[in-house]
Amino acid sequence: MIIPHPLLGPRDAREFVYLGDAALLDRPDGLAADADRLFHDYLYLRDNPAGIHRELWFHEHGDRSWLVVTRDTVTHAILKAELAGDVARKRRANG
Amino acid sequence: MTYSGLRLIREALTGHRGWKPAWRDAAPRASYDYVIVGGGGHGLATAHYLARTYRKARIAVLEKGWIGGGNVGRNTTIIRSNYLLPGNEAFYELSMTLWESLEQELNYNAMVSQRGIMNLIHSDAQRDAYRRRGNAMILHGADAELLDAGQVRREAPFLDFGNARFPIRGALVQRRAGTARHDAVAWGYARSADRHGVDIIQNCEVTGFDIAHGRVRAVETTRGRIGAGTVGVAVAGSSSRVMALAGLRLPIESHVLQAFVTEGLKPVLPGVITFGAGHFYVSQSDKGGLVFGGDIDGYNSYAQRGNLPVVEDVCEGGMAVMPMIGRARLLRMWGGVMDMTMDGSPIIDRTSVDGLFFNGGWCYGGFKATPASGLAFAHLLATGEPHATARAFRFDRFSTGRMIDEKGAGAQPNLH
Repeated sequence: MIIPHPLLGPRDAREFVYLGDAALLDRPDGLAADADRLFHDYLYLRDNPAGIHRELWFHEHGDRSWLVVTRDTVTHAILKAELAGDVARKRRANG
Repeated sequence: MTYSGLRLIREALTGHRGWKPAWRDAAPRASYDYVIVGGGGHGLATAHYLARTYRKARIAVLEKGWIGGGNVGRNTTIIRSNYLLPGNEAFYELSMTLWESLEQELNYNAMVSQRGIMNLIHSDAQRDAYRRRGNAMILHGADAELLDAGQVRREAPFLDFGNARFPIRGALVQRRAGTARHDAVAWGYARSADRHGVDIIQNCEVTGFDIAHGRVRAVETTRGRIGAGTVGVAVAGSSSRVMALAGLRLPIESHVLQAFVTEGLKPVLPGVITFGAGHFYVSQSDKGGLVFGGDIDGYNSYAQRGNLPVVEDVCEGGMAVMPMIGRARLLRMWGGVMDMTMDGSPIIDRTSVDGLFFNGGWCYGGFKATPASGLAFAHLLATGEPHATARAFRFDRFSTGRMIDEKGAGAQPNLH
């Protein structure tokens, strides 16, 4: 698989380390009343879709940036790659 | 029809015209007491034990394609019970004892061959860990043997004993382990279940669950609505997709695991051999092919094929431990979709929906577990209580901190 790095261009996926669903960017509030349940769901439960999946990849053997890659889990086609920092900032700006 | 030597002779003398199909191609009835979703090894084994051991009737197995067409037909056929942890070992040892009597119970040749498994040891620390594992196995009634390097050399002289990076210091051996013909396991269970009155319904994909007041009443399928008293889902590889139809999220990611087989060779391997310094396991099929595999690719996937970096990694492991494999030509390689749970252990449990039960999360250890998984799941479906050997395989172990992390690593879906 070739990941189109937004800064470095096309890079072989083996330069990256895979973490999982990009929903992991949304860490729950540790002080919430039901933080136990929220963290259980955050740590252990996954949507695990067959099809389009947004996921976190770390460019370990490269510029050490975190990317949010949009990929089809049925065909392995990679549709988009964004810097995770940009994704997180955009989300914060949108509240 | 019971298979026997006498029957074979009679058929041979009469032109083999008397053989009947091993199971009926049943059409769905309006309702069943028990509906098992998934006609793979685990689903068919569940149906067999539910009908035979627990004497239940009105059972259907629903399969979206043809039976045995999923992971039971795509694995590396190894059977073993060399586990360490209390939540696991009793279960896998039960499975091993069921393998030993499987062919007699099913009246079907599953080619169970107890040719042994040899886990190679490459360091002093690893010998300590394997000695501990072997002792845990013996305490649970399994067999284990610790070999030194000289004994390993006598049994497998073709291994690379001169490798300075990965020296072979010995091995943990389970003699009762071995291999079985994976397709025949599915077919044998299917035939036996059919003979006990189970309807095996193929090309029947579940598209939804009818749930009212927190209780499942029926499954919607591509062949119509089928009423159900109790539904057991055993669809490892597709667990998240099927259970999402009931509104449930699972502690599972789907990953692809690749396997490989070489051209047929004369007998060279005495049994199953695993490389302890990397991740590589190999055995020889009765047809002569070297069947081997390694790690999962490591990213979510529902594609039944993997990528080249892991192919290279697996082959490097093979060359490091058994250089002669470099002379064999690869015949086929393929991928299967694994239910990877967050601690590397399976789930056999009830769900938050009454009457809906789940069996899955087998990571890539599902094949060896087939008999015990079927028995334990049938026990759960028939009695509502977990089987004595499968009490630890609960959904709530992640919230109560009772994970079964056989590999000693924390919560990530990349384990066995």
